[in-house]
Amino acid sequence: MNKAIVMNEKDNVATALCDISEGSRPMIVGFKSGQGIVVKSNIPFGHKFALCRIAENTPIIKYGEVIGVSTAFIDAGEYVHVHNVESLRGRGDQ
Amino acid sequence: MNFYGYRRKNGTVGVRNYLAVISTVICANEVAEAIANSVEGSVPILHPQGCCQMPVDLKRVTATLAGLGKNPNVGAVLLVSLGCEGVNVDELADKIMQADKPVEKIVIQEIGGMSKAVAKGAELGNLMLAELKKQEKVPASIADLVIGIKCGSSDTLSGLLTNPIAGMAADKIIDLGGRVVFGEVTEMIGAENHIVNRIEDQAVKDKVLNAIINIENRAKSIGEDMREGQPTPGNIKGGLTTIEEKSLGAIVKSGSKTIDDFIEYGEQVGMGKLTVVDSPGREPELLTGLAAAGVQVIIFTTGRGAPQGYPICPVIKVTANPRTYCKLNEFIDVGFTIGDHIDDIESVFDADSDKLLSYLEEVCNGKQTKAEVNKYNKFINIYSIGPVI
Repeated sequence: MNKAIVMNEKDNVATALCDISEGSRPMIVGFKSGQGIVVKSNIPFGHKFALCRIAENTPIIKYGEVIGVSTAFIDAGEYVHVHNVESLRGRGDQ
Repeated sequence: MNFYGYRRKNGTVGVRNYLAVISTVICANEVAEAIANSVEGSVPILHPQGCCQMPVDLKRVTATLAGLGKNPNVGAVLLVSLGCEGVNVDELADKIMQADKPVEKIVIQEIGGMSKAVAKGAELGNLMLAELKKQEKVPASIADLVIGIKCGSSDTLSGLLTNPIAGMAADKIIDLGGRVVFGEVTEMIGAENHIVNRIEDQAVKDKVLNAIINIENRAKSIGEDMREGQPTPGNIKGGLTTIEEKSLGAIVKSGSKTIDDFIEYGEQVGMGKLTVVDSPGREPELLTGLAAAGVQVIIFTTGRGAPQGYPICPVIKVTANPRTYCKLNEFIDVGFTIGDHIDDIESVFDADSDKLLSYLEEVCNGKQTKAEVNKYNKFINIYSIGPVI
């Protein structure tokens, strides 16, 4: 069974507890367990996908806290990682 | 939780009984290592610091080496000095002797070179070790223990499962009367809300928050995005996207108790139940900070499979990542099999943290950790804040 975990009710991302294939509908555990999401790309074990549509420049929430900000529009079920999220901290380049 | 350990004259209890052969400076490492190789039962402390550093760092190196010498797992100390370095070997010897344990020194430039230093060091070391071997283990309890907690080579499961289990173990250690220390201030960047809620004392709160600001400012002063440095490429492959995400997963390894003390790098713990030591996340520096603080055992959570231990402290590697547990079993001491029970997470955390504490008890009673068996514990460093000059 494909599973993903949501750590806090405020979170807009879930974390895959196994490799999840594109098009499948993982069981969500933790918070938001009723939510059905079809993942839009292959999500490796331990990586994240969006639980809802996330506009560009929107906080990404995990553990109920801001873990960064989106650098592009992210559709529900889409892979969320360094390609579309940047950190707000330790940014000597900004 | 009870164990048999080595009670020192200052009242602390070691879970190991080492002669530490401590090099005072990078230039004395070869001699210290050769002496340790000639004295069965000794461990060398080799590091790349101790000279051509700013005074603040020389003071820090001295304090840190003194802390390692005073660690309860060390029964006696042989200092190996080159003779012209920035660290003052006599001052260092005095500091370690404050813990009321035997200290000898060898100065390479005074004694006349490597061969004479190694011969004399081996002679002194064997005499000290013969004395150490006479010491018998005595009953001790968890109240005698200071446990370090660290996470390394993390993946996202570290934050979801492995660190919460270690955190529950930390809570239980404190409830039973033990003390816990953790550091990795870099991995508090982004987790300030969590930390502030767990500190009652305003002075401690200010010190921890300042340490976070300082370490972030040091990284920012380079003028780059610190991603790839923190989180590391391995963290990113494991699914961690930003330092904030890494921090929020890392902080839970310290459990849920009140953080009641903060110490500088190289300082020893006081009576605080849960202490933060100012330190970065990288293993060679962080593990040294914990050992110098006086921890006897380190619980080290890992996601992708960190291999190293520490010369004078058993390091217990734990993971909830079943793939890492299978593939890198030669590095991992305790694996948690939470995957199938994810719907009942609290009870599994409880059982797994008990499993970790049982293992800790065995290690305190002498069981060798994987890193001790592998002897994967030689390379250490001391966290410096200024340049090498």
